[in-house]
Amino acid sequence: MKREVTIVNRQGMHARPAMQIVETSNRFAGPIRIHKGGTSVDAKSIMEVLTLEATQGTHLVFEADGDDASSALEALARLVEDKFYED
Amino acid sequence: MQVLKGIPVSPGVIQAPAVVLDSEEMVIPQRQIRQGEVESELQRLSDAIEKSSAELNDLSRKVSETIGEQLGEIFKVHHAMLNSAQLQGEFEQTIREQLLCPEYAVSTVLHGYARRFRDMKDPYLAERVQDVYDIERRLLRHLIGAKREHLKALDRPHILVAHDLTPSQTAALDRSRILAFATDVGGRTSHTAIVARAMNIPAVVGLQSVSTDTNGGEEVIIDGNRGLVIIAPDAETVQRYRTYMQQAQQLESDLTSLRDLPAVTKDGHEVTLHGNIEFPQEVATCLKRGATGIGLYRTEFLYLDREEDPTEEDHYEAYAEAIKLLQGRPITIRTCDLGADKFTHISGNEIERNPFLGLRSIRYSLQHVDLFKTQLRAILRASALGPVRILFPLITNLRELRHAKMLLNDVREDFQEEGIPFDRDMKVGIMVEVPSVAILPRQFARECDFFSIGTNDLVQYTLAVDRLNERVAGMFTPAHPAIVTLIHNVVQAAKAEGIEVSVCGEMGGDPVFTLLLVGLGVDTISTAATSIPEIKKMVRSTSMRQARRVANKVLTLESDREIATYLNEVARQIIPEAFAEE
Repeated sequence: MKREVTIVNRQGMHARPAMQIVETSNRFAGPIRIHKGGTSVDAKSIMEVLTLEATQGTHLVFEADGDDASSALEALARLVEDKFYED
Repeated sequence: MQVLKGIPVSPGVIQAPAVVLDSEEMVIPQRQIRQGEVESELQRLSDAIEKSSAELNDLSRKVSETIGEQLGEIFKVHHAMLNSAQLQGEFEQTIREQLLCPEYAVSTVLHGYARRFRDMKDPYLAERVQDVYDIERRLLRHLIGAKREHLKALDRPHILVAHDLTPSQTAALDRSRILAFATDVGGRTSHTAIVARAMNIPAVVGLQSVSTDTNGGEEVIIDGNRGLVIIAPDAETVQRYRTYMQQAQQLESDLTSLRDLPAVTKDGHEVTLHGNIEFPQEVATCLKRGATGIGLYRTEFLYLDREEDPTEEDHYEAYAEAIKLLQGRPITIRTCDLGADKFTHISGNEIERNPFLGLRSIRYSLQHVDLFKTQLRAILRASALGPVRILFPLITNLRELRHAKMLLNDVREDFQEEGIPFDRDMKVGIMVEVPSVAILPRQFARECDFFSIGTNDLVQYTLAVDRLNERVAGMFTPAHPAIVTLIHNVVQAAKAEGIEVSVCGEMGGDPVFTLLLVGLGVDTISTAATSIPEIKKMVRSTSMRQARRVANKVLTLESDREIATYLNEVARQIIPEAFAEE
């Protein structure tokens, strides 16, 4: 199951937003990955998410599996669209 | 293999393993462990991670409460990074598979991330590099703890790699263990660079990222002639450098053979070649390279690295040692030039907004008369031991010069009363390094016995370029027509008033400028010991007629580029081997 989002907050996915992605992802049981262009990282690993260069305007695709996949995607998309509650 | 380009500040080529000095002066040892030690070393790492995590939790809570939640979250991120399975897995893998100590494993793995973050184009994201370093330092502090490895622990010679080195750190380097150094920051005329040249240690600075690109332990080539640092060179590069080093040694020995020949032009005009020193012991190196005296003794190094001000005896002993080594040759002692980029416990306390325009050098001395008189007494006492001249730095107006001379007279009178011997004819000179003096040199020439042109400060103040700021350091050049005109002006005034004029800045040590300076009429060139043979070779290879022609031509050129290109061409024609490029 996939969902595409665009990074809208000004500072992009810097340390704190990355942390929020990881925390949110870890609330769900199934595996979650983030795709950007040709690369993909584990959304539950802070080191991997941090290496993802996602500035304002970057398109990302979240991919989730398992029973709670759709609620996971919903939570993550909301986080990104709400600019990680900053700005 | 990785090649970094920086600013060459001290010549020479060295290949050796690297040792990285981090900001807390910890050396990360590349230590192999035995198979049987793996579990206990992993335990040591996990203890360090646990302690660091506890600290980070604490810090995150405190910062959130006192400063703000957003900042507190930064440490939560650090905590998450440190505790991520991925990072810990990489640490463990490095320790288990490569049998390396945890300190090195932590450092290597985190530097890998630092490099990836640094390469990100977005400045916000690139700032993560600082987070990675912070984590590294925290972990290392727990890992290394009380048993920090110091440079003293190195068992064989290394190349030192650091973010930055202070002049005193540089001066304290053990030459038997450190063969060369490379730093991220710094410029050609920083005092660290000057000290490196004085100590004859090849050095490249302003490399931006050398301290993160190097892990320590790997082979590194430092090319102090061209400003290159090559990390983990391939076989071909090593071979190329081996040949290059042999050629450089040949040139070096050719130049050394010039030592006992006079610095005289082909048509019989003599130029005095003196050496610059920071420490009395350097006199020997200067004489070995052919100096006929010391044109600049920078005494501020007496003040560095101590808790208290040097006493009159401390000063006197240093001067006496230099004079003894000189065996009757002249020495010019410059009074304390502290402030700006040279700090001690005294001047380092107050932060100035504009240190180079602030309370430094003679200004500091004139406001701290006791300190200044202590030094004046020592210099005057030393004047009884051999030919000594005194030099006041950073003179900006006549009032300062008169004030300094008045204080010197006070000491003379005291000595007369106390019956202490001194040289009654000791010459008093000033540094010409502030444009106000270079613009109106005539009035200063009437009130002192000699001029010494300090080109570093003169260039910095005239061109308004901070020589330590690598982002504008490219504008810093003595080839600017305004500088040439000012030097011409100063020399003309000195001639008219019948006083001697020398050049003691970096410009004097660059053979490209030798003909220009001689042609303009400079009597003495005083430079770092390493440059003396090359400068002598330039002098001996030209004639006064040619030098004057070059100087006159330069005075008509309009831009620093034109002047630099022209002087380079001329110098290359005279001694092609010294300017051979690859």
